Amino acid sequence: MQEPMLREQKSLTAVNDFFEERPQFEESFNQESNTIIRLVAPIKENAKPYKVTGIQDTASNNNWKAWLYLGPVLILLVVFLLYPLINTICISFMDNYSQITGHSDGFTLNNFGVIFGITETACGGIEQNFSQYAIPNTFIIVVLTVPISTLIALLISVALNSLKWFKKFLQTVFFLPYVTNAIAIGMVFSVMFDNHGIINTIFHTDTTWIVGADRATAMVPLCIYIVWSSIPFKILVFLSGLQGIDAQYYNAAKIDGASKAKTLWKITVPLMSPQILYIVVTSFIGAFKEYSSIVGLFNGPGTINGSHNMYTIVYYIYDNLATHTSYAAAAAVFLFAVILVFTALQLFVSKKRVYY
Amino acid sequence: MSETTNSLTMKTYIDFSEVKINNNITLSLADSGQTVEAMRKREKVTSIVSTIILYAVVLFLALLMIFPFYWMIITSLKSKVEIDYIEQTLYPSVIMWSNYVYVFQTFDFLQYMGNTIIVAIFSTIGTLITTIIAAFAFARLQFKGREAIFLIFLMTMMIPGEMMVISNYITVASFGWIGNGQTRVEAYAAMIVPFWISVFYIYLLRQNFKQIPNELYLAAKVDGKSDWSFLWKVMVPLAMPTLISITILKFMGTWNSYVWPNLVTNDVDFRLISNGLRGSAFTDADTGQTSYGYQMAATVLVTVPLFLLFIFFRKYIMRGVGRAGIKG
Repeated sequence: MQEPMLREQKSLTAVNDFFEERPQFEESFNQESNTIIRLVAPIKENAKPYKVTGIQDTASNNNWKAWLYLGPVLILLVVFLLYPLINTICISFMDNYSQITGHSDGFTLNNFGVIFGITETACGGIEQNFSQYAIPNTFIIVVLTVPISTLIALLISVALNSLKWFKKFLQTVFFLPYVTNAIAIGMVFSVMFDNHGIINTIFHTDTTWIVGADRATAMVPLCIYIVWSSIPFKILVFLSGLQGIDAQYYNAAKIDGASKAKTLWKITVPLMSPQILYIVVTSFIGAFKEYSSIVGLFNGPGTINGSHNMYTIVYYIYDNLATHTSYAAAAAVFLFAVILVFTALQLFVSKKRVYY
Repeated sequence: MSETTNSLTMKTYIDFSEVKINNNITLSLADSGQTVEAMRKREKVTSIVSTIILYAVVLFLALLMIFPFYWMIITSLKSKVEIDYIEQTLYPSVIMWSNYVYVFQTFDFLQYMGNTIIVAIFSTIGTLITTIIAAFAFARLQFKGREAIFLIFLMTMMIPGEMMVISNYITVASFGWIGNGQTRVEAYAAMIVPFWISVFYIYLLRQNFKQIPNELYLAAKVDGKSDWSFLWKVMVPLAMPTLISITILKFMGTWNSYVWPNLVTNDVDFRLISNGLRGSAFTDADTGQTSYGYQMAATVLVTVPLFLLFIFFRKYIMRGVGRAGIKG
């Protein structure tokens, strides 16, 4: 019983570190003799163990029933997760693939060439939307929103944690944006950033943010919206991390006369490094997959009708899924590779920087 | 001198006029013209001021966080003239409930809501059943290849969903659920069945099941219970909080889902609430301008049910999200 569990725990560490399993209960079931041993009077020295024999722990044996339990899930896993994964990779290498007939003209690398604008499309011309808009936009979103939202969330959660009154209430207020419909609030932001909107009124500006805006300006409301909507989850995780820090560290810092800022950077941040790593990895992945915020804000892939200047990688995938399935598949494979590389890179860096 | 600073930072003051251990220090305090009382007072004032600043900053940020909600409600109650006005006001001068009436008449809110609830209920039930039995198998039963299969499950969590969407679209189409002449049931099936598996919830529930002591299982065996009835009579009730969290998160996920319903449904009537919201333009046919008042009223109608859910199940949602970290 013990050995396989340990092995499995090791394989889980990456996912599982913050929500560690409680220590398992001690087994009082003796497998060799197939017997439950329970000490009735542990204080008495000559007490005899109470024995019940002949109980079959059927579940501990290799049994075919387990496969019955797993059956439905395994079928769904294969049909909707594993097969699609392999199939998508195959499609990304198929020439002239049509998702309606399922027919293709053999394998090629051209799809990747096409989406990066290197090779011409089947009907001539260069596909620019992916290399010109989708990739730069996605990387701008990732580079801007992940550090900003993480930093803001960290400061807010440190402040929240030091409050005496209304802590629970404010915590709930900061969590509210999580419980919303991304499309709906995106539409609210587009109203706020309208030409006659509240933002222009407050700052006495006359900027066009949404409809008819140029790409760089349109990035501002988009990034603000993404930061706003990604903060609640981060605060939730950071607060649970902060509550786990022993107050002794802070007392020691106080006695040594450390300033508040120094305490934050030298004690809180290092002790929170597991949570910070977790947040950075998950929000990197999330930012690479930004989609519904753009639908909410711009009601389409561009600021001007017919333009695609607000494409992200995922938006490109969804837009081309039915018509240019191979390009969409190639873009999806590219996204997958980028996410894998970034995650691996962060886990590698964290080996040196994270203190567990 | 160093003793003074030390004792100050520790915030324990010694009234030297009474104790008189060290004349030097008494002198230095007297020289600076400060009494112990004055220093205590200053210390207190500093702490009060810093508390006020802290609260002011946090409250300001909290207001920023909820401002979009406020603006949504306010705009939904404003008249069209007022929304188009260049200088925006923070409150409506005339409260226009008629915006909501108009939205209920034009935007088929109940239809979309009905679709969403049906899809949410069936996909939640399916997910719960598959999750419970799979988590039980992984947590309690032993069979060859358990660890290997579980590892495959975990690894699928790292793959972005967009990879699957492409092929799943083709798969569902090959089932005949998409395309011309799509019936209501087919549309629902296309939106429900692919979401009956959630690897993350299986993982979450397995962790929960593992904490249930083995003794309970053996006791149930002594009483002659089968694995199946042990699962439903003992383990499921014990894991109820996690199951409630899963149910609510799943429900919220359906309420927010946009891409998939958009892809797999032909008829607008089969779509879910997010699609309906974004699809309803409320655009003036003549000027091409969007009526934000109507649009925001529809947005409020979509947001309010989520808030109600949050108010009633705050504990489960926050705990579920804290452990899950995956939306939907």
